[in-house]
Order: sequence, then structure tokens, then C-alpha cells
Amino acid sequence: MTVSTASPNFTRTIDQSEDAGTRSTINAPFGSALVQVASERTDIVGLTADLGKYTDIFPFRDAFPERFFNIGMAEQNLIAVAAGLARTGYTPFATTYGVFASRRAYDFIAIACAHAGMDVKIIAGLPGLTTGYGGTHQAIEDLAIMTAVPGLVVVDPCDAIEIAAATRKIAEYRGAVYMRLLRGSVPVVLDSNYEFEIGKARQLRAGKDIGFVSTGMMTERTLDAADALAAQGVQAGVLHVSTLKPFDADTVASFCSEVGSVISVENHVVRGGLASLVAEALFDRRVDKQLTRVGLADRFVECGSVATLQRRSGLTAPQLVATAMEVLR
Amino acid sequence: MDGLRRRACALRQHMVKMARGPGQGYLGQGLAMADVVAALYFHEMSWDPLDLKAAGRDRFILSTGHYAIVLWAAMAESGVIPLEELSTYGADDSRLAMSTVDTTPGVEIISGSLGHGLGQAVGMALGERLSDSAARIFCELSDGELQEGSTWEAAMAGSHFRLDGLVALVDCNGIQADGPIVLGIEPVADKWQAFGWQVQEIDGNDMDAVVSALIHARTRDGKPHVIVLRTLPGKGVPSLEQREKSHFIRVDPSEWDTLERELANLEI
Repeated sequence: MTVSTASPNFTRTIDQSEDAGTRSTINAPFGSALVQVASERTDIVGLTADLGKYTDIFPFRDAFPERFFNIGMAEQNLIAVAAGLARTGYTPFATTYGVFASRRAYDFIAIACAHAGMDVKIIAGLPGLTTGYGGTHQAIEDLAIMTAVPGLVVVDPCDAIEIAAATRKIAEYRGAVYMRLLRGSVPVVLDSNYEFEIGKARQLRAGKDIGFVSTGMMTERTLDAADALAAQGVQAGVLHVSTLKPFDADTVASFCSEVGSVISVENHVVRGGLASLVAEALFDRRVDKQLTRVGLADRFVECGSVATLQRRSGLTAPQLVATAMEVLR
Repeated sequence: MDGLRRRACALRQHMVKMARGPGQGYLGQGLAMADVVAALYFHEMSWDPLDLKAAGRDRFILSTGHYAIVLWAAMAESGVIPLEELSTYGADDSRLAMSTVDTTPGVEIISGSLGHGLGQAVGMALGERLSDSAARIFCELSDGELQEGSTWEAAMAGSHFRLDGLVALVDCNGIQADGPIVLGIEPVADKWQAFGWQVQEIDGNDMDAVVSALIHARTRDGKPHVIVLRTLPGKGVPSLEQREKSHFIRVDPSEWDTLERELANLEI
């Protein structure tokens, strides 16, 4: 829901959750999960580049101050220091925004972490259109950039449940990981018995008329869209793909082969991210389906309220319903 | 001291043997660093050639990956790499690549993309401290590499975190890929001082000075150490010392015997 007030030539939209009141939330699920994992493992260390408050890692700092390092506004060094800590046997979780990790620290992630096979976990806030601060802050192409790095695991979790589960799993995984982060009050979308596994897509809803393949926070919207479509007599399946790399191409192809038409949905540009991976999976396995790609256009997005920007890119649940009805027409 | 000079001379001989294989290599830089590397591996560092990954070891981080030749020489001189292998330098599938890969014994990081070493050395120094280990981290970097911003990000962190077990060794040989230093980096010592490091500036080819600077850098009083090394590319081989200074040296096949003879005549 959004509240709009008109001023002479501009509309001011106050961001509110699209689903305010319908879903419960958990505060800072990443920070809480990291504290839990770190209480069992002394090798876990935390780092940030002056964005600890905004990437939910302060619960870890408060619980384990001796294991926390604020590197300052220096993202190259954030990743280099993390890699050095990994070389001495630690498992660092390094937080910053996705734009800075992917654009400023790329060489260090590629070489010092992925190429070297270091246990560095990069936690990237503000994925896609989750901020209204414009192109400097919106990581709209980070999945494309990061999935291009050989050997790097790339995860885009859906909700608080998955963030908590993934934090534990990527800590157990030996190797470098890039995980997108939803911060603050994060909705609970998935069942509490949902099992996150690196590299596994999960079918959350059955339905043959149309199939949504979604990643990250967009799975909340595809589930809502599937509910709304069911009310209109359309059976929509939902496949949630939270690991972009390694990509579960077999599950994606088999899900897609059993639905009438496929809609990929991502909080990211539609080139180089989920849509491209789905297209490759279908092409490689000769699954001949129509693929409609919902996501961001190949342009930097302006400043504005998140709700407005998401609506302009067709990311809301009602817009997904409309897209599905259009495809079926 | 004569023992260390002989080690440095042996490293130089290994390097010439290596470069003779492909007829080229980063010989200028390697020869210039032979004295410091000999002093580290055969005097200053606490390490075990039979257990290169031992916990709590002192580490040598070679930030300039293209200086690999001097590291391979140190590994050969320590018996970690067989001498017969030296001639494979730069050959397909050889462990002795022209730039470091961390699958070769003795390599602590993948370097080659410049500006990667010091930040990782900072992380290692933090890690050792967190593990209550007194191990020290020696990080080589070059004057040209001071143009990389990440070096200064790491320099700031090194002093902020009071990493007195960290010793940076800056090889100032005055050359970089495009020729003599293309973008001014002086005054090098003042810059490090301003960043909160304990600075020494020495002739990096004077073994007495190198050893005494390394001993001085053992002090653990809350500040990281940097030793600014003024070195001569090609040091130890007169005809290379006199050549036009070059980032990458190609030697005519007829010249190799002369180089090896010059080295054999080097007075310890």
C-alpha cells in the first residue's frame, strides 16, 4: 500500500510495505543468524566497510566485538582483508552494498576470493530496486556481474526464513559466496520448514497454466500473484530459484516443460541474471516454451520512492497477475 | 653475513638459469630483490621448508606476482623445488610460472593484479593476532604498486589496527611497465610515515643494511613497519645493471654465457 499526496507538479509517495499487515516480519534476520552460527563456531569473523548499521551486522559486533572489524569506506580492502583472514583459517562475513561489492571490489572478489577458493562470504545489501537512491545505490546488474566469476556461489534469498537458513549454509560451505541481503524488517514468506540448499531450486506452488520462475524477494510477489490468479481460475506454478550459481538448470527445465508458458521474475536487469539463465537452461535442454521476462530494463533507474520505482518496472504482484493474464490471452 | 651474501648470490644464479629457459623474464626485479629475499628466508623468518603450511608460520607475501622468479629461486635454494625444475620457468604447465599461482609451494596469495598484497597481509596479521600467534607477515610490494589506491586503503588499516607484526617491504627500483616511474610517488617514506607506519629507508642491495633493518622491524609497539628499499634492477650482473632499465628483460641467446660468467665472478 502506498500513500500519495499531490503537490503542484510532483507526487510524493511514502514507502510502505506492499503487504503491510498481511505478513509477519523478523528484524535483522541475517545479523541474528550470524550471531547464532558464530556462537557455535569461533572461526566466524565479521567485517564491514562503514555500512554495518545498514547491513544488519551490528548484532554480531555487539555479541563478538573482538571478532568484528570495521574497515572503513574501502571496499577493495574490505575484501582483501577478508581474504587474508580466510588464509589464516577464519571464515569472514564481509558486508557492504551490492553496488560497491560488485563494482568497486570486483577484482578482489574474483582473484583473492573466488580464484583462491577462500571461505569469504560477501553479504550485499540493497539488491535491485530496494532503495530509491538511484543508480549509485541500486545493484541492478550485480547478479550478472557476480555469476560471471568462475567458482563464485551467488545467492538471492527470498525472505527472513531463507536469509537465516542461507547464512548457516554458506558458513558451512567451503568457498567464496556472494549473497544478496534484505535488511531491517524482513517479511516471513516461506514456511518455517523450508529447506535452503545451495544450488537447489524449490517448487513452492503447483500449477500448469503458467509457471513463474522467480528469485530473491520477487518470490513473495509471484506467490501472491499465484494466489490472485487462482481466484480467477488460473493455476500458476511457482519455482523459487535462490541460487543463481550454481544454477539448478535441470529443475528449472523440468518445471518449465510442464507449464503452458513461463514468466521469469527478478529484481535485476533481465539480461545476465535469472532470465538469461532460464533461457539457457531451456535452450540447452530443448524445452520449447514461451518465456516472458519480468525484471528491470537496460537502463539506470532514477531516484524516487521504492514503491513507485518498483511499479514502474512492473514488479508488483498485481502487475504480475496482469502480465500472466496477458500471456494467457 | 657472508653466508647470507652467498645465499643471495645463489638466488641470482637460480634466476639467471630460470630466465635462460624462455630467454626472457622479470630478471631485473628478481635480481634486485635477491638480497632481501635471502635475508628473509635464510635469516629473519620463522618457517619450515618441510611444512610450508604450518600454523603460526611467518609469511612472505609477494604482492608483485611478476617477481615470482625470486620466490622460485628461494624455494629452489631451500630444497622445496628441485634445481632441475628451474629450467621450466615460464613453460606450459610448469609450476614455475612467470606470475604467481598459489598451487606452487611457497606462494601465500595469488598476486599479479597489483595492489592485492598489502590488504591480504593486513587480514593475515589480524588473523594471527586473533589466534594469539606471534607470527609476522612480511609483504613485498613495489614502487609502481603505490599508484594502486588499494595499497593506501590497506596502509590506513594496518596502522588503524596497530598491526606491529606486519612488515611492508617496498621495492623502489624506479621502473614500471611503461618505463621509468610514470606517475610521481615520492616522497615514499614520508607518505608511509604520514599513514602511521614506522619507516626505515635503506639500500636494498646492502646486506648489512637489510639485515639490520629487519632486526629493527621486530619491535612490537603498536605500529606496522615499512622498509623502503632502494634497489638496482639487474643487481649482481653488471651487463644487466648497465642496460636500459626495463620492466621485462629479453636476452639474446649469445649473451647468456656472459651473464652467468659475470655472476660466477661476483665477489662476496
